Amino acid sequence: MAQHRIDLSSRVSDEVKTTTCYMCACRCGIKVHLKDGALRYIEGNRDHPVNRGVICGKGASGLMKQFSPAKLRKPLLRVGERGESRFREIEWDEALGIATEWLGRIRASDPKRLAFFTGRDQSQALTGWWAQMFGTPNYAAHGGFCSVNMAAAGLYSIGGSFWEFGEPDFEHTRYFMMFGVAEDHASNPIKIGIGKLKGRGARFVSVNPVRTGYSAVADEWIGIRPGTDGLFVLSLIRELLLADQVDFAYLARYTNAPWLVIQDEGAADHGLFARDSQGRPLLWDAALGELADAMRPETKPALVGHYRLADGRRAVPVFQLLAERYLSPDYAPEKVAPIIGIPAESVRRIAAELAQAAFRGEIRIEQPWTDWAGRRHDHMIGRPVSFHAMRGISAHSNGFHTCRAIHLLQMLLGSVDVPGGFRFRPPFPRPIPPAIKPAGPAAAGQSLKGPPLGFVQAPADLLVDEAGEALRIDKAYSWEAPLAAHGLMHMVIANAHAGDPYPIDTLMMFMANMSWNSSMNVPGTIDMLTAKDPASGEYRIPRIIYSDAFFSEMVAYADLVLPDTTYLERHDCISLLDRPISDADGPADAIRQPIVRPDRDVRPFQDVLLDLGARLGLPGMVDGEGRPKYPGGLADYMVNHERKPGLGMLAGFRGAGGQAKGLGAPNPHQIEAYVANGCFWHDELPHEARYYKHVNRRYLDYAVAMGFIDRAEPVVLQLYSEPLQTFRLAAEGHGECQPPARHRARIRTFFDPLPIWYPPFEEQDSNAGEFPLHAITQRPMIMYHSWDSQNAWQRQIISSNRIYLARTLGERLGIADDDWIRITSRQGSVRAQAKLMEGVNPDTIWTWNAIGKRAGAWNLAADAPEATKGFLLNHLIPEFQSGEGTAAPLSNSDPVTGQAAWYDLKVRIEKCLPDEAGTTDPLFAPLAPPPGLPERAARIDFGRRFRPGSK
Amino acid sequence: MTSLPEQPAQRRLGLVIDLDTCVGCHACATSCKEWNMGGVAAPLTDLDPYGAKPDGVWFNRVHGFEAGEGGAGRTVHFPRSCLHCENAACVTVCPTGASYKRAEDGIVLVNEDLCIGCKLCSWACPYGAREFDEAEGVMKKCTLCVDRIYNETLAEADRKPACVMACPTGARHFGDLADEGSEVSRLVAARGGFDLMPELDYRPTNKYLPPRMNASPAAVPPAAAGEAIRPESKFLQWVDRLFSR
Repeated sequence: MAQHRIDLSSRVSDEVKTTTCYMCACRCGIKVHLKDGALRYIEGNRDHPVNRGVICGKGASGLMKQFSPAKLRKPLLRVGERGESRFREIEWDEALGIATEWLGRIRASDPKRLAFFTGRDQSQALTGWWAQMFGTPNYAAHGGFCSVNMAAAGLYSIGGSFWEFGEPDFEHTRYFMMFGVAEDHASNPIKIGIGKLKGRGARFVSVNPVRTGYSAVADEWIGIRPGTDGLFVLSLIRELLLADQVDFAYLARYTNAPWLVIQDEGAADHGLFARDSQGRPLLWDAALGELADAMRPETKPALVGHYRLADGRRAVPVFQLLAERYLSPDYAPEKVAPIIGIPAESVRRIAAELAQAAFRGEIRIEQPWTDWAGRRHDHMIGRPVSFHAMRGISAHSNGFHTCRAIHLLQMLLGSVDVPGGFRFRPPFPRPIPPAIKPAGPAAAGQSLKGPPLGFVQAPADLLVDEAGEALRIDKAYSWEAPLAAHGLMHMVIANAHAGDPYPIDTLMMFMANMSWNSSMNVPGTIDMLTAKDPASGEYRIPRIIYSDAFFSEMVAYADLVLPDTTYLERHDCISLLDRPISDADGPADAIRQPIVRPDRDVRPFQDVLLDLGARLGLPGMVDGEGRPKYPGGLADYMVNHERKPGLGMLAGFRGAGGQAKGLGAPNPHQIEAYVANGCFWHDELPHEARYYKHVNRRYLDYAVAMGFIDRAEPVVLQLYSEPLQTFRLAAEGHGECQPPARHRARIRTFFDPLPIWYPPFEEQDSNAGEFPLHAITQRPMIMYHSWDSQNAWQRQIISSNRIYLARTLGERLGIADDDWIRITSRQGSVRAQAKLMEGVNPDTIWTWNAIGKRAGAWNLAADAPEATKGFLLNHLIPEFQSGEGTAAPLSNSDPVTGQAAWYDLKVRIEKCLPDEAGTTDPLFAPLAPPPGLPERAARIDFGRRFRPGSK
Repeated sequence: MTSLPEQPAQRRLGLVIDLDTCVGCHACATSCKEWNMGGVAAPLTDLDPYGAKPDGVWFNRVHGFEAGEGGAGRTVHFPRSCLHCENAACVTVCPTGASYKRAEDGIVLVNEDLCIGCKLCSWACPYGAREFDEAEGVMKKCTLCVDRIYNETLAEADRKPACVMACPTGARHFGDLADEGSEVSRLVAARGGFDLMPELDYRPTNKYLPPRMNASPAAVPPAAAGEAIRPESKFLQWVDRLFSR
């Protein structure tokens, strides 16, 4: 046999640069290997707190994003009609000149006529500030159609949230329950955690109508009926209360369980906390038999009973109200079983398992700590049950209350920020809710008085006019969606098209594929983007500026396209002021640094935004002489910009010498320090500060020193939400700010201060006989959040999607594998190819999200499977509730937060006629590529140059 | 025809793949693709990458399927790559000596200079682990990252196959399965690691670990079960309890 000579020690790369991945929202640390100046490969950074060296299927496909033939090459100006995708290439000076002219005119007259919405970007600390300086309240990122139910429910209940703001204590948990689709955020930390906890033999229970992804490795899969998780959780709570399996000591110490609630039906303060003259909440000291300051340590609070206040009125502890409600037979397992699709005995067993794990499995960590009141504890008690939830809970019109129900369960089990439970990631926990309030519109030429997004505490904080109507284009913070902490991006196009509450002039968007997979009712949205006012012949949405790195479906609907860079070509700032990448052991932030130079005439959107700001002369973006304040773009801004003295975009390596953390003067060498540290900064909390952060003196002092919170005060977890009650009181006719008549009943119902469950709105809007099935999506782990380039490797793994249904359902309807079926909702209809399966709730059909693409987009061949067979359920999802008989229908959203209710969808299915089989429907006209897009490669084999021994 | 090494290798390097924790994220597949597209078997050609039938060379593919009926069944994610068999028929059928098994560590490789692209090896492999590069006209396959695991230019901790380095759930392990004391051998022993299709007697080096069946915690229903307790009586129980702030 001839000797096969292979070089086993060939030099892999001649340069390794660290940066932060952006193949999804997880933001792992990566090491990019370059050889002869070319990208060779990307691996995980072992030192990085997010991924600890691992990388996922998306991250390792990063090279193919860089090599995508869909990269935009130069600014584009529309020459045809909108949607025709006819453009001419223009120079940056012209592009920025046009944008400056459009935006300058708006700012000088009525700044709110700019609607600036960014997609799934991670630069909201900059973009939100830019909107504030510009003076438009019409700003948000995509959170309103993504995560706001999770964020708001968490921040109004425990001062942190699931999402990316906390994590299960994977090191110690013994029982882990995951609700719904969660393969989207914290991608690698959750995978690492699941590997760890399964390795330790901990039990993993997954509650999801579909058994894919993480559910596939769960020890128990609970195929719940969509939208009923809240009822399931409240039934678990009932069983735990009945069996006395709640952590009374934890409730008394760390939650508002003992706080007294005024019981005076009809009074303006009914249902609010009884407070002393200083405004401090009160409890009943059972040992002394008297009222006491609820914030005073060493009281002996009553958790149940009826007490007299000083004014003679009656009050009861929160826990009394909670127990009265959830002990009700309405939540008995037998009662809920037919609704949730889980047998009563399973509900009982799971309640028993939770109790067993939390209380009999109590763990004790021999770590002394000091609480907020200065009391020293010689150990930490752990309740090793933990929960995680994300999209599956979020994307329902009852998601806010369902998420609150899960937080309630956590609090009752005493498992919030204790060993084995859910852990906060700094800068969380924050005061409940965070103190920052949303700012309303500004006068011509003025900035907003505060940030456009924030947290309302009472009706007076809403952004409504004197008639109670919305002041924002998306109606966030109006009576339609009072706690809309992330805005309602999904309603911007529909509202702007309708001129409701007012017309806008320019819609500026970044990385938001709103003519495709980021909108409900896609055909209708396309019509709205292209609709003209018959009188003037102008577009109903007069101007659209769009920035994207790739030829997405949305590009075709823009008037001016500002081409962005890829994540390997620019600086980025992953700031604690934005969406942090901390872990529970300490805060972290990170940067991206350019790894390669763009080979085309594109600019980072954040640099462009700062440039536009300077051209417009926006405050904070020009110096006293009117010259650009950050001529170095984002890299300049993230080092030198300060929100208040010492507080900047990056928390690490601050101060002149780079030794300060959290607060400190700008450090001109900060970026070099980050690069030298692997492009991230992570601070390890001392061990005594790692649990009980909401009440841990050492942690609270640390959080103040770092600038996370203003005062080292305990964060009392809120079982009962007083802000919700203030809205309910307004709906009952109390206070200065009351809802218009048409909103009163809604507000009264949905602003219950304790979690409630109600059927998702589509259950009521879609006739159950006509549309008997639920239709939802799942998140493909190889593609989720990285479909923005349709990269050559990922699309070999999945390039078209099937509609999946239970084998039993298929058999009943005469549908077999590979049959083409029609799926119809009250909004529309779509054709898809079926696949039968076992692991799915029998009343539910589902598909993978965002695989379907419009023909021609992304520089894919027009006959690519993404376009011919791939489909979106979006076409079927109405953006409005049916609203029969009402002038202004409500958005298809959660009534508390405005979260888009994607997963409420109800449908029917039927087998297609034989001549309909073969392709999806509707098939949209193929999009023409913009000028300058390269030919698609017929073959990729550039790796040949790296082959050891090759020349 | 090509001979296997006369003596069983002293070392049998291979993978142990844990089906209990594989969530099907494809990290192993794309990390493999990424490393090997520039490794000793480079390129791993992709044809029609943006067209109707994108098709490339992958040394590692992840399949998903269901086993069992209804809720009692399981969804399995199954990563598939060369198993580096002891009794490698892909080697013995090779007419040119291109396919061979290394005597020193048992890794099965292809010498592309000798490969005539006859595909006999892919017919002989019952695991479907061979990958023909149409553009290059030669057969390719998992090299167990032979150009990583011995690579002295890499840090010691990085001398592992790319798939193992990547795996976020820690479902992939690399080591010497001839060494009973190795971590991988101990895992196989402890977890009942098994061969794929042992009846064919190819004696694969790679092992799979079966899903663990974690018993539910001995579920003692808290107190007596449910309805025996009257909700109203709870308040009487609780009212006399003294808690501390």
